Order: sequence, then structure tokens, then C-alpha cells
Amino acid sequence: MHPIIKHSIRFIFFILLQVFVLNTIPPLHQFIVPYLYFLFILWLPVSISRIGLLLVAFLFGLTLDYFTGTLGLHAAPCVAIAFLRPFLLKLLLAQETAEAGYMEPGHKSMGWAPFITYAVLLTIVHHSYLVLIEWLQFGNFLYFMGKVLGTSAISLLLILIAELLIPRREKQRAA
Amino acid sequence: MRNIILFIQRYFTFICFLILQIICIVLLSRSSKSHDSFFSSAANEVTGRVNQQYSGVRQYFSLRETNRLLFEENARLKNELKNNYIDTSNTRIQVTDSTVKDSTGKWRKYTFLPARVIGNTVTLQNNFLTIERGTLQGVHKGMAVASSQGIVGVVVEAGANISRIMSLLHRNSKVSAMLKKDAVAGSLEWDGADPEFLTLRNIPKSSVIKKGDTVLTSFYSANFPSQLMVGTVAEIRSDSESNFFSLKVKTAVNFFNIQYVYLIENARYSEQITLESPSTVK
Repeated sequence: MHPIIKHSIRFIFFILLQVFVLNTIPPLHQFIVPYLYFLFILWLPVSISRIGLLLVAFLFGLTLDYFTGTLGLHAAPCVAIAFLRPFLLKLLLAQETAEAGYMEPGHKSMGWAPFITYAVLLTIVHHSYLVLIEWLQFGNFLYFMGKVLGTSAISLLLILIAELLIPRREKQRAA
Repeated sequence: MRNIILFIQRYFTFICFLILQIICIVLLSRSSKSHDSFFSSAANEVTGRVNQQYSGVRQYFSLRETNRLLFEENARLKNELKNNYIDTSNTRIQVTDSTVKDSTGKWRKYTFLPARVIGNTVTLQNNFLTIERGTLQGVHKGMAVASSQGIVGVVVEAGANISRIMSLLHRNSKVSAMLKKDAVAGSLEWDGADPEFLTLRNIPKSSVIKKGDTVLTSFYSANFPSQLMVGTVAEIRSDSESNFFSLKVKTAVNFFNIQYVYLIENARYSEQITLESPSTVK
């Protein structure tokens, strides 16, 4: 399948999943909201240009915001992780794989340890930023920390499940 | 000049990042202050249509519960019908009509309009409901919204066919509510923690409260009719530093499965609001 079609389908899938499934689940605890939508940004191919990545992330976040009625709330953290992603990938990927830029970040292409580091760091950045702008006007620090940690833990669990469950073929094309 | 161009070239991504962040923050601050930002009502029609399709599917799963609620409400309303009461003399026949002025000399103040809920969130800090009824069907900003179980929120944005309601589960939501037994009014807010509990502030410590007391809308609200169900007191907290209780109120409405709501139009809403708003005081 052409990568643009594949990623467009993923775009729609993650938005619908977040809006109609994860956002409608009754909360287990006040600290926990299941967020998975930003996995779309984590799964974008390595070769995408940095400006393109920022714009796609902005568009993606804004689409979700139109559904939740909070313009800019999800777009801001999405843009932030899209900005940090290339630096992190450059650090985590071995030089030769980074040059063969056709692949997507995942446990198959990167190995488990680098992928988990990558997912944990970006998840925590995303949630800290999201909860920070959500709570900026209220300022209860304990609640802030609890919510970041609780939500991150659930998100990581969902990311791991998605990694294992959704098969993503990594074509090992000759570069 | 050349240096500026070089600088921009070098940090182009970072500048893009900053610009996008600024756009986000501006959008966020604008949309949370006034809910009618430039293109949001146009987008509402689009996302509203997706929501509509989805809720059409979801509705089948809760038809039984909806039926039960409607049945209960029907029974309650039938009990209030005029012809259930017998006049001692049958010299007059009472007719319920919906004209503005009724023949017994009373003015109609509130009109109820039914609407279907096609979008609803409960897990965020600022929750909204989307309903399938807009300005073409008589909705306008500021109308109160209640379901058959109790009050739900206030209309904040009205599109042509779809409107958006600020749910009680919104950080900026404030409704004047009172205790049923002594009519002491306070302000009903949400602390963002648990979607089943609201907070009722500014109830003076002089009033005697027990767990399970009923909370209704107060007589002072411009958009809500008085004495609509809000919920019951679940926990009493007294602030040591102030003279007020802050009560935890269990909502009468189950926000997780709202399907039909009533929009309540107050015919004298704009009159009351213009008189009460501070800008008219000169």
C-alpha cells in the first residue's frame, strides 16, 4: 500500500479510536485517562521531513480538538513531541539504520529497548505538557504529578498492546 | 540582512515549531474564554455529522434504558395532568395550550424543546455535549439544558442545525443551586476530578445539612427554571478558614449515557441578563 494512503487510514483510525472508544470509557480513577492517539505520530516514518512532521502533527492534534471542543489543547503537545522526535531518533538509532530512512519506529525495526525508551520519553513529554496546560489555571501540584504518571502508565500499556497486536510489515528494501 | 536570512534558514524548524505552538496557545485561550471562535461553528457541522452517524449506531445499545426513563417520565407527567384533578365545581374547563398568553391570564416564561444528544465527553477537564438542534430550530446561546433526570448544562454555541452544550462537568460551568429544605442558594461548580460529583460552594454554616439532602436549581438563575433537580448531597466539607460549607453533590443525571435532553428557553432571559450584567451600570 502506498505510504500516504496507509498513514491517512491510520490518521482516521486513531482519531476515531480516541474519540469514540477511549474518551467514552468511564474513568477508572480521576488520574487516569486512556490516551493512545499520539501513537500515530510515534509511528510516522523516519524519513519524513521535520517541517512535514510538525505540520502533520499539528493537523492531527487539531482534528482531535475539533471533536473534543478544546481547540489547541491536544495540538500543542502533538507539535511538541513531533519537534523532539527527530533528536531522540538520532540518539537512539544506530548510524546505518538512521541513514536508511524508509522504516517506521517500532520494536521490529529498532529493537525493544530503544523503542521503549523512545515511547516512554515521548509519552511523558506529551502528557506533562497536556496536563500542564489543562491544569495551569488550577495549580495543584500533587494532582498534576499523579495525573501525568497515571495517564502515562496507561498510555504505555496501550502502546505496548498496540505494538504487539497490530502487525506492521517492515519491508527490508535494499537502500 | 544576510545574517537574518542565514539565521532563519538555520533555525527554520525551530521557528516553525514556535509558530505552531503559539497558534495552539492562542486557539486554546480564545476557545476557552469565548466559545464562538471564528471557524469552530463551521467545524462543528463537520464533526457533528460524524458524531451523528456514530450515535445512531450507539443508540441501539441503550434503547431499553431510554425506554425506561421515558416511561417513568411519562408516568410522572400523566400524574400531573389537569384531568387527574377534580374541581369541586365543574364550571370551567382548563385547557393546556402553548400560546404565549394563556387564557387564565398567565404568561408563559419557559418553553421546553426536545433534542437528541449526538456527542458527549466526560473524561476531559472541559466537557461538552453536542446536540442535533440549532438556531434554525430555535436554539440560541445561553439556553438551559436538562434531561428527564436533572439539569445538564448551558448552550454555548449554536450552529444552524447542531449546537454545543457546556456540560456541568466543565471547569468554567457555574450554576446557582440551592438546598431544597431551606432554599439557601450557593454556586454549583465542578472540580474536574470525578464526573459523578459536583461541588456546591458558598452554603453558610448556619444551615443544617444532612447527607442525602436534595439540591435543586435556585430561584435566582437567569436561564434555569427554579426547582429543577440537580442531585443529592454526598459529603459535607466545612472549610476551617471560611464561613461556608462546600458540599459534594452526587449528580442526578448519569452523564455517561445521556441521549435526550430538553432545551429550556426563558422568554425573559435577555431582559434579565442585560439588567444584571455590569456593563449596563453607568
